[in-house]
Amino acid sequence: MVSTGAATGLPGLLPELAVIRKDFPILERTLAGGLPLVYLDSANTSQKPQVVIDTMVDHLERHNANIARAMHQLGAESTEAFETARDKVAAFIGAPERDEVIFTKNASEALNLVANTLAWKGDRQVGPGDEVVITEMEHHSNIVPWQLLTQRTGATLRWFGLTDDGRLDLSAIDELITERTKVVSLTWVSNMLGTINPIAEITRKAHAVGAIVVVDASQAAPQLPIDLAAMPAEERPDLVAFTGHKVVGPTGIGVLWGSRAVLDALPPFLGGGEMIETVRMEASTYAGIPHKFEAGTPPIVEAIGLGAAVEYLGHVGMEAIHAHEQAITAYALDGLRTVPGLTVLGPLDAASRGGAISFELDGVHPHDIAQVLDSRGIAVRAGHHCAKPAHARFGVQSSTRMSSYLYTEPREIDALVEALEYTRSYFKLD
Amino acid sequence: MTATDLDALYQEIILDHYKHPHGKGLRDAHPDHTAEVHHVNPTCGDEVTLRVHLRDGLVEDVSYDALGCSISQASASVLYDLVVGKSVDDAMAIHEEFLTLMQGKGTVEPDEDVLEDGIAFAGVAKFPARVKCALLSWMAWKDATARAIDGSIAGDGEK
Repeated sequence: MVSTGAATGLPGLLPELAVIRKDFPILERTLAGGLPLVYLDSANTSQKPQVVIDTMVDHLERHNANIARAMHQLGAESTEAFETARDKVAAFIGAPERDEVIFTKNASEALNLVANTLAWKGDRQVGPGDEVVITEMEHHSNIVPWQLLTQRTGATLRWFGLTDDGRLDLSAIDELITERTKVVSLTWVSNMLGTINPIAEITRKAHAVGAIVVVDASQAAPQLPIDLAAMPAEERPDLVAFTGHKVVGPTGIGVLWGSRAVLDALPPFLGGGEMIETVRMEASTYAGIPHKFEAGTPPIVEAIGLGAAVEYLGHVGMEAIHAHEQAITAYALDGLRTVPGLTVLGPLDAASRGGAISFELDGVHPHDIAQVLDSRGIAVRAGHHCAKPAHARFGVQSSTRMSSYLYTEPREIDALVEALEYTRSYFKLD
Repeated sequence: MTATDLDALYQEIILDHYKHPHGKGLRDAHPDHTAEVHHVNPTCGDEVTLRVHLRDGLVEDVSYDALGCSISQASASVLYDLVVGKSVDDAMAIHEEFLTLMQGKGTVEPDEDVLEDGIAFAGVAKFPARVKCALLSWMAWKDATARAIDGSIAGDGEK
């Protein structure tokens, strides 16, 4: 059991942590039996600050109208709020151009948009003999779309393996990324192992052979400062996907950022309203980005909520949030190390990893761990975390995952460690 | 859930079967009467490979290899105890009884004469997320038994 006394003074914690926590109303609720909530499942979905909730309610109460077509005041207000949200998202990731930000339903849709349009006729079309390179640590949403693409086009799917400590095995990079490579798609931060991948190095390599680079930033966007415009062009990915609900925004909204050059070269994805320039019965011409990829009425209030969310994170400061995550992660790794029979999957140094920590506990299945933790008010995730190949790589079928965020306190990690000890005694492991 | 709910879920009987499963392991038998299936719970990844061996209308053996939580492991062990040695018809009736219990959302009073140790799963029925854990091997058994009766050979009954 870890002592709690010194923890409050942990270096790197957000100085206003108590104030931050007050921004998240759900953290004040209690669970069955009056237990306080210890929410350690933020890599699954983050909690929402009051400002996001209020912004969405205010929009629905006062400004609701469809965007970009309603010739009335509410329509203008709604359109402005929606497009301002795009500006805020662009600022959050340092997008070189605000029109390069495409709103999607979630990260999966963003990745599928890319994998689908690459199969169709266009300058970037993937075909027989071409290769797509992914990694063994991807979330299923960055594996299956590429399997579908390569199966449909006759291209070949290849992947980076993993080292025993949960990093990408880059030893074969020259055999993997070749002149046949058309696409390299990889996660920035692993949702299971926590590993932070060397995006710049891999992107430089891929660009050198003319391949485009797609980055799944679903776990990176919440915790790493991202400044795309500041990255050298040869190290900047071409497409970056993330989801709103992991960056304290609502569900139902995701983001695909893409460089104008690549987005212009991809054919449209979904056809419909808003994505056209003009429509005749014989054929149509298409709008420019971002609207080219936003057919139909979008999730308007969700996008506006996302705008409020990333603005909130920007006010707290992504550098400060990253430092907080690292401090909590290091503290958690230390605490978990004290639990007998516990093995962490992935890198063991907090500096090279994100805030999701998956682990095994000898003799207790992850579902049973999660159930016992839940009986003490502690929410974690148990299962394969939509990363079955990464689990298979380490010879495990499933794992338990704790994941922190900007509102996580050291005492919550203490509660987790204590509850894991309790789990061991509940299943009579001593 | 509270600590009391936790104890209702993890009855001693369940933990005993989890620690000391009955009939675990895949065994060979006369192929004419055997069917093998592999079932997966896609949400959690729990897996069971299960063989049914029938002879003269009796369930001669059920052998299995399973990966999963305590509930799914204990449930396979209880299944083994309840159906081996019974006629296929009787075993199917027990299956129905267990299914009714598990799908009853905690409102069904289990019959100990029929379900024996299986009554310990009455608490599981109150946890919708865990019901599928308890049913994994039972559904696999029903599938394998149907295949064995059909005379289909060891199949790829992946679900």
